[in-house]
Amino acid sequence: MKGDEVTRESTPVKRGGRNAIVHSLDRARDWWEHAKVWQRYLVYIALVVGALILPAPAIGQFMTPGSDWTTVLIYPIGTYILLAVGLNVVVGQAGLLDLGFVAFFAIGGYSVAYYGVEHGWNYWVTVVWGIALAAVSGVILGAPTLRLRGDYLAIVTLGFGEIIRITANNTDEIGGARGIPGIPHPDLFGFKFKLDPAPYYYLMVAAIVLVIIFSVRLQKSRVGRAWAAIREDEDAAELMGVPTFKFKLLAFAIGAMIGGLAGGLYAGKAVFIEPNTFPFILSATILAAVVLGGSGNLPGVMLGAFLIGWLPERFRDLADYRILAFGAVLVLMMALRPEGLLPSRRRKAELHEGTGGMGTMGAEVPGPDTDVSTAEAAK
Amino acid sequence: MLDDFLNQFLPSTVGGLVIGSIYALVALGYTMVYGVLRLINFAHSEIFMIGTFASLVTLTAIAPSAPVTGFALIGMLLLLMLVSAAASSGAAVVLETVAYRPLRKKGATRLAALISAIGASLFLQELFALVVIPWLTGKPGRNQASAPRYVARDTLFKIGNADVRLDHVIVVIAAVLVMITLDRVVNKTRIGRGIRATAQDPEAAVLMGVSIDNVVRVTFLLGGAMAGVAGSLYIMEIENTSYFIGFVLGIKAFTAAVLGGIGNLRGALMGGVVLGLIENWGAIFLGSEWKDVIAFTVLVIVLMFRPTGILGESLQKARA
Repeated sequence: MKGDEVTRESTPVKRGGRNAIVHSLDRARDWWEHAKVWQRYLVYIALVVGALILPAPAIGQFMTPGSDWTTVLIYPIGTYILLAVGLNVVVGQAGLLDLGFVAFFAIGGYSVAYYGVEHGWNYWVTVVWGIALAAVSGVILGAPTLRLRGDYLAIVTLGFGEIIRITANNTDEIGGARGIPGIPHPDLFGFKFKLDPAPYYYLMVAAIVLVIIFSVRLQKSRVGRAWAAIREDEDAAELMGVPTFKFKLLAFAIGAMIGGLAGGLYAGKAVFIEPNTFPFILSATILAAVVLGGSGNLPGVMLGAFLIGWLPERFRDLADYRILAFGAVLVLMMALRPEGLLPSRRRKAELHEGTGGMGTMGAEVPGPDTDVSTAEAAK
Repeated sequence: MLDDFLNQFLPSTVGGLVIGSIYALVALGYTMVYGVLRLINFAHSEIFMIGTFASLVTLTAIAPSAPVTGFALIGMLLLLMLVSAAASSGAAVVLETVAYRPLRKKGATRLAALISAIGASLFLQELFALVVIPWLTGKPGRNQASAPRYVARDTLFKIGNADVRLDHVIVVIAAVLVMITLDRVVNKTRIGRGIRATAQDPEAAVLMGVSIDNVVRVTFLLGGAMAGVAGSLYIMEIENTSYFIGFVLGIKAFTAAVLGGIGNLRGALMGGVVLGLIENWGAIFLGSEWKDVIAFTVLVIVLMFRPTGILGESLQKARA
């Protein structure tokens, strides 16, 4: 990846093996960065084959003994992955904290539901329309707010997410609090999707693969480099001639489009949506997935989304406690490993330098008791 | 429409002042922490929630059979506020020690701190939803908890067609008194000077012998105490609480802080009252189900046109 030369010299700091799993994840990432093209393609092929056979009942019996594995793979796991990849564009690549990402998911879902049920539009048209509406709302939200300080932006986006949900709740035209039932299933070249979850799963896999390719191509393009520059130091980027506002807006719009796509796919499978399908906690969950996995690094983000989608389903008895656990994990992660389970090396270096995330806190004066390893890692 | 508005204008104004005073008290916590740490203490809403529960538990233990009056009422108000303030400020100090101090020592980014704050907020909410409330109410599941009434809903006087009740007066007076006390503490005491110095320039403050850790702890303690008083008043006025009440109220209080100019103590008071009034007046036209949307829209508009708030951030003087 271009730009990695900058950070490649910084060998990872050996810290007495705090956690074996985490270190092996780091090693996997290092191997991947130096892997040859054919090795990478082998991994791609293995992943695609793995995704195709994943719904097999034998795997399902182990993964989710209590519920239908294929359904779980679509929602929450697949949907979370799709949303996390979308949010990663905003949070991980451009470094903007969005706490209302669920709004775009809702807009995608409601477009499919409303135009499919009330106007009888074709499913695919409604999905594309939902993506367009989500992008437009991303721009409408971003245009006035993206000039704000990072933490103000977080609160405004949170407010936006709530505005969308409450508005859906209060508007009878789109079903109000009762929601919209009877959303038509999609059909493709004469093949009708029905209640069997398998076709939806493959549709979801196709969408995820497309979005990943899109996201990786973006990251490696001029746009991705501009995002990295903005994330690391917005003022410096502006001075170097990067039109920061435009690129931030673009990140918002692209993230919103992916969120809208996820909403459309979800609605096509779910048959029924209501305002409470889109609570704030879903935004927080997706953010947790991105941060937990390693924001900015796609495999990490997907791993995070997978874990956060899967674990509560695997341990259903404890599912009530999942938000409690998220909360504790977020606090612990930030204290111990703010870069996430599987971070990109560049992102990790940024976090240790104190760039790449709205700068440092106030009242922070490096003193004798400041953690020395961070100073080392920043070298 | 206009008739409706004129009819409901005065009652809405009274309601707006009352809820606005509570917003203002909670906003003070956001404003002080932001002033010192440049951190949106997302879990502050849960500190407020803990305050409501502290009052609720005490009130349930006392179990007044009828509304109290006279000196007994004043004593009871003071007791409940003290208990709530103690519980909330204790929780705030623990929160700071567990969720923010390690990050501060490592020189972590504000993004990391904000995410840690969100984590702490979720954790506290769920802790109350799953453990504390079932234990208090004796019923499993996500419940609400109600408090007995201890302040009579007597109309003291009328302004036009608006009834001004005893509980309204208590909320506003208590809030104003507590805020004056805080203002004194921040502007007149030694530790208050430390807080202001740290907000201005942490490095210079350290060189002048201010203990940053101490300042941060006291900031959380004071902010927590304000939220506790707010929680106590909330229980008196609304008489009902649950694990999620902090969320929306917290965002509104933050809006109030931004509205007045974040970091500005007097701004928080004004922001709280203005927000309470705007949302109540707006609700006359749109219906009360749109209140939250009105508040969030106000936030967006304020940030768009005047991100430093109405009174300005006034970094040097009033910034706590």
